[in-house]
Amino acid sequence: MVQDLGYLKETPSQTAGPYVHIGLTPNYSEIGGVYETDLGSVMVNDKTLGERITVTGKVIDGAGAPVKDAVLEIWQADSAGLYNSPSELRGTADPNFTGWGRCPTNSTEGVFRFETIKPGRLPFKDGRKMAPHITVWIVARGINIGLHTRMYFPEEAAANAEDPLLARIEHRDRLATLIAAKEGSVYTFDIHLQGDKETVFLDI
Amino acid sequence: MSDRSNSKPETGAFFARDRAWHPPAFAPGYKTSVLRSPQRALLSLDGTISEITGPVFGHSILNELDNDLIHNFAKPGESAIGERIIVHGRVLDERGQPVPGVLLEFWQANAGGRYRHKKETYLAAIDPNFGGCGRAITDDEGRYAFRTIRPGAYPWPNGVNDWRPAHIHFSVFGHGFAQRLITQMYFEGDPMIWKCPIVGTIPDKRAIEQLIAPLDWGNTIPMDARAYKFDIVLRGRRSTLFENRLEGN
Repeated sequence: MVQDLGYLKETPSQTAGPYVHIGLTPNYSEIGGVYETDLGSVMVNDKTLGERITVTGKVIDGAGAPVKDAVLEIWQADSAGLYNSPSELRGTADPNFTGWGRCPTNSTEGVFRFETIKPGRLPFKDGRKMAPHITVWIVARGINIGLHTRMYFPEEAAANAEDPLLARIEHRDRLATLIAAKEGSVYTFDIHLQGDKETVFLDI
Repeated sequence: MSDRSNSKPETGAFFARDRAWHPPAFAPGYKTSVLRSPQRALLSLDGTISEITGPVFGHSILNELDNDLIHNFAKPGESAIGERIIVHGRVLDERGQPVPGVLLEFWQANAGGRYRHKKETYLAAIDPNFGGCGRAITDDEGRYAFRTIRPGAYPWPNGVNDWRPAHIHFSVFGHGFAQRLITQMYFEGDPMIWKCPIVGTIPDKRAIEQLIAPLDWGNTIPMDARAYKFDIVLRGRRSTLFENRLEGN
């Protein structure tokens, strides 16, 4: 017998279910008085550096209907391209920017909305630069394991053209699914779970 | 996010996820997954700095009763109704190393299987002293604990007569956003586990058993609360000995 590697197996995922809001956004779920505020509801303050933007959109199912019971989390670098994380060893991120946000899709139209800043560029492992992007993670009833994707910026055409992740997408017409629509400071990023317009999801 | 855990920051990429161990996106026995599952293959990429890093939450976010669901929504002097239990365990990574300083969030139905949620229509009664949410941060050895009421089973509109086993939902952060995980804990000996279409989305029986918390008699507090132990394993991460260096960045 060879030696045993001794690794454990990762705990398997299960759906977040329709009542995910009780745990992740209890105040939104009208469970008041337990937590002061819902975690991740505010990412910026008055001192946060960088260009203020709004990121909004819907999550759409395979029949074209908005998913009204999802929760999204986003994770992004600050305006200088640094993450507010202990694993960030390249420098100290803006202390007035959390980099992490959480928002449910609302129960009326299925819309999510984040008030944040535009992130800076980031290094890929081999030293190439990644284009500015926001990591998005989606959980909901019917989603058995959280879906990762990325939102890129339409005005960053040159940076997007040399982005190592976008370059990996074999079917080039699918790139468009990762690039938000811009109107002023508002970026609309609709996420299609399934079908002709299916968003590129990541195994990362 | 001002505090930081005492652990030495690690920057290796995470072990690839074994997606045959996790439930597939499309699992038609769980009907809602049919229209909410991507049909295209996922785009695979070794972790970049965007996934290796992740938010870390300090103890300053916690209130005294955040890990006490029996009391955190109850009126002063009152408590939630039901079987009092303690749920505790460790958060480890696939290398067996503790994952300290990470946030766990829990949510669940009350003793009768009723959730406090406006979309919930089950006829079982709301408990006026039970909210159903809690959270904790792991200590230096990766340990967490909370006390709560054992949740009841409840029916749901999937098949004609589907019932969820008693379960507690868990949301777990790691040190990197790629470790982000949501799962459900089940209780040892519950016959409903093996009838449930959501449990049944997991292909491997051993993986299902990883979600079943054993009764922990040793930690049961006499005349107060029984204990269940639920350890959680997050993705391991590689050592950085031979990683490409991020020179010039």
